[in-house]
Amino acid sequence: MSQPLDRDGIARRVAADIPQGAFVNLGIGMPTTVAGYLEPDRGVTLHTENGMLGMGREASGDEIDLDLINAGKIPVTELPGAAYFHHADSFAMMRGGHLDLCVLGAFQVSASGDLANWHTGKPDAIPAVGGAMDLAIGAKQTFVMMELRSRDGTPKLVQRCSYPLTGVGCVSRVYTDVAVFDLADGTVAVTETFGPATVDSLRELTGLDLLDRTAAH
Amino acid sequence: MLITEDLREAVAGIPDGATVMIGGFGTAGQPVELIDALIDQGASDLTVISNNAGNGDVGLAQLIALGRVRRMVCSFPRQKDSWHFDERYRAGRIELEVVPQGNLAERIRAGGAGIGAFYTPTGYGTLLAEGKETRTIDGRDYVLEYPLTADVALIKARRADSVGNLVYRKTARNFGPIMAAAAATTIAQVADVVEAGGIDPEAVVTPGIYIDRVVRIAEPAAAGELEVGQ
Repeated sequence: MSQPLDRDGIARRVAADIPQGAFVNLGIGMPTTVAGYLEPDRGVTLHTENGMLGMGREASGDEIDLDLINAGKIPVTELPGAAYFHHADSFAMMRGGHLDLCVLGAFQVSASGDLANWHTGKPDAIPAVGGAMDLAIGAKQTFVMMELRSRDGTPKLVQRCSYPLTGVGCVSRVYTDVAVFDLADGTVAVTETFGPATVDSLRELTGLDLLDRTAAH
Repeated sequence: MLITEDLREAVAGIPDGATVMIGGFGTAGQPVELIDALIDQGASDLTVISNNAGNGDVGLAQLIALGRVRRMVCSFPRQKDSWHFDERYRAGRIELEVVPQGNLAERIRAGGAGIGAFYTPTGYGTLLAEGKETRTIDGRDYVLEYPLTADVALIKARRADSVGNLVYRKTARNFGPIMAAAAATTIAQVADVVEAGGIDPEAVVTPGIYIDRVVRIAEPAAAGELEVGQ
């Protein structure tokens, strides 16, 4: 039996599904780590919404140039063929569907593909959205990577999000530590499990009417 | 076209109550010296349009700390080093309009481009679209968003020529070009100024028509001296 995936394992699993030659935006936090598992010969071009295509790895030592940062405001490097552009162009590129894929983290994803990842809605929380809403709905496909349970053990794949939404019906696939889920037309299918999880145990955990498509994988 | 090395001259005449766009994404492209000059200049009761709400204790953070900003329009106020904004917001002493980053950019672009309003899919069905007009076009849902303009834009670029054409540096370009077009008066700080013709016309990013004043700051506060925010 396989093991549940750790965070690096989820990143590796996401990376394996990124198509050759794709233009991809990796969200702040856990999705950023996917970049470390993309083989250079895959020809994937990374977009950072603060205004760059062809972003390289995180900068270190003398490479650090604070005019060259990613959306998480971390100094990065540029690859040959990189391009810079202003914010309106960068988000037009995203909103206009020119990017193949965006990978985001989540507080919750609903069965219909709604995403909640920007705001806890707590009264003392200062709302700060950044590019989250643009990223959620802009690319041709939006993947989420997350642990299936929150710290208190409740599932984050839910019938209906209780946190404020980032985007409506925008998520098409969810990669977690215990399973991969495909979302389409209001249905959720399990395509792969890791560790002891079974489709039945996932149905019980999430309370969702999950389709079993693990055999097809 | 005013070209000067005198920051006081560069920011002269900004009135109380002005709406000021300030370039930068975090510290990259933040016109720190121009903001410091605005602090010294004294204008207050400002509405500031900027992606973030200040980092550390300098620049926009200091302007906020001094109570000179009445209202912030931004996408991401909360950062690990936005303590001055956080404190004033929690005390109810600063107004906040949070705008998705791409909508913020497009609203600024629209402001400079003479667009009356536009439908965008970003934010549809969320808290940030509450109370706004929506429309379904070809089966997709959109929110109506209005342009943003300003009395003054403070931006940072790498180089200007004597007619105000600008080039930027790497991801520090961010909001500079669109804010330049959306403000009645745009003030650019640059590291060097060359004669007309010193920038390849094919490489000009912001045409000088959008620029009113250029101030040369040969050695701007290295962003490296500032706290890097998340």
